[in-house]
Amino acid sequence: MIPAKFDYKPAQSKEEALSLLAEYGDEAKLLAGGHSLLPLMKLRLATPEVLIDIGAMEDLSYIQDKGDVVAIGALTKHRQVEQSDILKEHIPLLAHTASHVGDPQVRNRGTIGGSLCHGDPASDLPAAILATRATLVISGPSGERKVESDAFFTDFWETEVKEDELLTEIIVPKHTGESWAYQKFNRRAQDWAIVGCALQAGDNPGIGMVNMGSTPVRAVDAENALKSGGSSKEVCELADSGLTPPTDIHGNESYRRDLAKVLLQRALES
Amino acid sequence: MSIVGTKVIRKEDPNLLTGRGQFVDDIQLTGTTHMAFVRSTEAHALIKGIDVSAALECEGVIGAWTAADLELPPLPGVPGLERPALAIDKVRFVGEAVAVIVAESKYAAADGTELVIVDYEPLGAVTSIEEATAEDAPLLYEELGSNTVAEVPTEDDHQAIFDAAPHTETIKLVNNRCTAAPIETNACLADYGPAGLTIWASFQAPHHLRNRISAWLDIPQDQCRVITPDVGGGFGQKINFTPEFFVAPVLSKILNRPVKYSQTRSEAMTSMYHGRAQEQEVSVAFDNEGKIQALKVFASQDMGGYADGTGMGMPVLTTAMSAGCYVIPNVSIAWRNVLTNTTPIAAYRGAGRPEATYLIERAMDHIAYKLDMDPTEVRRRNYIPKDSFPYPTHSELAVYDSGNFEGALDELLNIMDYESLREEQAANRENSQKPLLGIGFSSWLEIAGFGPPGSLEGFGHLGSWESVQIRIQPDGSAIIYTGASPHGQGTVTTFAQIASEYLGIDYEKISVRHGDTATIPQGIGTMGSRQVAVGGEGVKNASLKIVENAKSIAAHKLEANPEDIEVADGSLFVKGTPSKNLTWAEVATFSFQRLELPETMDPGSLDTTILQEVPNFSFPSGAYACVIEIDRQTGDARIRDMYLVDDCGTVINPLLAEGQVHGGVAQGIAQALYEEFSYDENGQPTTATFIDYLMPGAPDLPSYISGRINTPNPNNSLGAKGIGESGSVGTPPAVMNAVVDAVRHLGVTHIDMPATPQKLWEILQGGSK
Ligand SMILES: Cc1cc2nc3c(=O)[nH]c(=O)nc-3n(C[C@H](O)[C@H](O)[C@H](O)COP(=O)(O)OP(=O)(O)OC[C@H]3O[C@@H](n4cnc5c(N)ncnc54)[C@H](O)[C@@H]3O)c2cc1C
Repeated sequence: MIPAKFDYKPAQSKEEALSLLAEYGDEAKLLAGGHSLLPLMKLRLATPEVLIDIGAMEDLSYIQDKGDVVAIGALTKHRQVEQSDILKEHIPLLAHTASHVGDPQVRNRGTIGGSLCHGDPASDLPAAILATRATLVISGPSGERKVESDAFFTDFWETEVKEDELLTEIIVPKHTGESWAYQKFNRRAQDWAIVGCALQAGDNPGIGMVNMGSTPVRAVDAENALKSGGSSKEVCELADSGLTPPTDIHGNESYRRDLAKVLLQRALES
Repeated sequence: MSIVGTKVIRKEDPNLLTGRGQFVDDIQLTGTTHMAFVRSTEAHALIKGIDVSAALECEGVIGAWTAADLELPPLPGVPGLERPALAIDKVRFVGEAVAVIVAESKYAAADGTELVIVDYEPLGAVTSIEEATAEDAPLLYEELGSNTVAEVPTEDDHQAIFDAAPHTETIKLVNNRCTAAPIETNACLADYGPAGLTIWASFQAPHHLRNRISAWLDIPQDQCRVITPDVGGGFGQKINFTPEFFVAPVLSKILNRPVKYSQTRSEAMTSMYHGRAQEQEVSVAFDNEGKIQALKVFASQDMGGYADGTGMGMPVLTTAMSAGCYVIPNVSIAWRNVLTNTTPIAAYRGAGRPEATYLIERAMDHIAYKLDMDPTEVRRRNYIPKDSFPYPTHSELAVYDSGNFEGALDELLNIMDYESLREEQAANRENSQKPLLGIGFSSWLEIAGFGPPGSLEGFGHLGSWESVQIRIQPDGSAIIYTGASPHGQGTVTTFAQIASEYLGIDYEKISVRHGDTATIPQGIGTMGSRQVAVGGEGVKNASLKIVENAKSIAAHKLEANPEDIEVADGSLFVKGTPSKNLTWAEVATFSFQRLELPETMDPGSLDTTILQEVPNFSFPSGAYACVIEIDRQTGDARIRDMYLVDDCGTVINPLLAEGQVHGGVAQGIAQALYEEFSYDENGQPTTATFIDYLMPGAPDLPSYISGRINTPNPNNSLGAKGIGESGSVGTPPAVMNAVVDAVRHLGVTHIDMPATPQKLWEILQGGSK
């Protein structure tokens, strides 16, 4: 990898990361697992002057049972999410979705926080976060704030996290015993989804869609149909309702619309 | 026991698997500088100016040069169409080298390239054969008046036969553009000092490169040394000349320091030669029994932005091999080579023969569709009978040496349960819960073992033989020096096996050295599935000659007749009296000692060098079948099973033969289902990363079920034919025939490669879902 020149500042704690962010401001980028940022730097599509490495911060890597919810530190690796007994029992959709990210090498480096902050509509974990109605904890110079997953993804590769802020925790409500499914359609084992669909059943069902818009999105109309007892066919027909999937080399808009319906159908059936 | 034919573990692997391999980028010379190219961002444009001044200010940059600064001759190539080392006045594809930077580090070199300002005046780009041959198409070379740089019309189109035939079919096929993408991209390290030039290069033919570079730089060949250390794959992409190998020595001389170049993947995707990119119009005339009466082929080869000499030969090979395994009384061929504003085309594993196999094997299935006949039956009715070899074809190039095409099909049907598969297919069609099943066949043969005189000279090589030198060491071990330049094939292992077999020296005491023009006899290189059929034959012949002389030494010492000496298990003994014996080590030591030798023999005279020639190409063949499942809702096609019957004649090492087939089949599946290098209308590549260029990996590929028949090559004493390209030749039509077979009931007769889920989904939308 031959990136442009940058300064490297490792941070050992949340406080240190925040003070480095305050110092370097918009010249800096946080480096977590590096599996989205480094490829961009390699192609020189990202040329941060300073890299603040938060990858070794132990204080933000955890999965804790907090009663009605599970709290996950932003620097928890995909692999830990995938293998967590707490998550497997209470939020299996999230653990299972993590197992679909890239390949083992990627999952051993990439972090849940990095995946969410990258804000890529093609990523797997955001769909599960949307479907499970998680809350995101963001730390900044003036303390902590909480953002609902719905409001977190603001634009293509953009999130609520400001330049001087850090995503620190993801709080996911438990969905113990409820049914769920993640359907990912891709071509090669370690590819991103052409379309993906995360379904969390329950009183307030959630459907998160991958690659069906410029941000990670929910299929709100399908969720409503599901909640009001619509037939599986009616629900699936609404999988793409209100969404604007992209056209690219892997699939055009109408193909993606149909895939969304097929994947939701498979999610409901499984 | 014979060692030829056994599954010996590769000698190459311990080094590679423990990280002790040495690739060009691993080699560290004191004072090394780093080279990087400024590459064209335009597909077709005039260069109005190049400003390198900011780059020269960049920290760590040593120098920056354009074509005007260096005044280099064009690279060796097609007379009149040679490509410049650095673009002169005009660029012809995205990725073409426009200027070059040398810096103290590779980082500074990359920084420097970003600061060079090139003023382009865009010209319209042509990105397809259709666009390039349209009237008023923008011309890559104004002075030529056309983008078509070669055109060979047919001598006889057999129109009367087509007019009178009971049936005719015409199909249009596209062999999608692919890139081999070897794991090691192009790399070189040039060190041009007072003692001459040494270049470490990731290349498949070191002597070829040495000879051309020394001529180009006008330095004697003795002072120009090319070393190809471990090479991380080539697949044909590393036999042709790209600017880096020529520019690096020039800059090393100017700077009086070593210059290293190690290409990034992004650069490799657009600047290493691509393959395939051939369009075909194919017509067949046939009778009610499915017997072919005539075949007509018109191949249009997309050359990319520059006409490479090997690339120019692709349609020659395709049209020579178009008749495949069949008796076709009338064949008419025509072809043309067309420049487009895309990456230049040259050889890619199979080079022209996958294209030939694709056209004839798709045509066979079209005959089957038309006559509603089983595809295996159509093939059977047209096979060349196994007793008709040597078999002359419509092409002077292709006189098939041997083959048993029906035998291969029989063996294929033996290892698969065809009948049950057809039953399953019918049942699945009726059950919307089941995927659609397709079964596709290909009977293929290819021209390999490039070795008969003239066969490689046409592609610019010095000769078509291969060099083998065997030097017996005083302890009775042997070193083989060969002009073969393996880069993954396992030639070190197979050559050692052959030598062990015929020298009677333990396999563990034989080393194979290659890839250094200073120490290896003039050689040709590794390409065209030639190294066992040509070089391996040389190893055998050199071994036999050495044994003959060794017997004379043993006979002299044992006071016996040379004819009575036998060699086995590392010793030479008198027939019938094994106690009268000498070890190979003793004979080897005596071979260097005047006082121990018969009078007629000089010290050191066991050593033998052979430039091995062969009288004909070899023609590996086989029969493959693909069983594919198509998801009715998503259009996703997944191969369930691949059945592979190869006939490569004698197998030296079944492990390596199978490995070669597996790799080639993977690339064939890749072409049929996954890979396509594409451009937008402005000539900007749209698949220049591995996110968009879908090279499959092991988890995406099926397991292979293999069978084998053995029809020995009559033109070498080993009986071996070559196996390196078989998989990539035989696979694409088997897969595509299976894909079409799965949707035949919807009236589909053709789908272009790659069969992506979206394409199939669109077809399934049109049909009953
Ligand atoms: C070969 C390969 C295959 C992949 N396949 C998939 C796949 O199939 N599905 C999928 O979803 N993803 C895939 N990925 C992406 C992978 O999941 C990334 O790891 C993940 O998207 C980013 O996490 P990271 O920790 O590596 O973040 P980084 O790359 O370090 O950072 C990503 C971005 O987030 C910011 N950031 C990181 N952490 C924080 C934080 N705590 N607070 C604020 N900002 C932060 C960074 O500044 C940067 O802008 C793949 C990646 C690779 C290399």
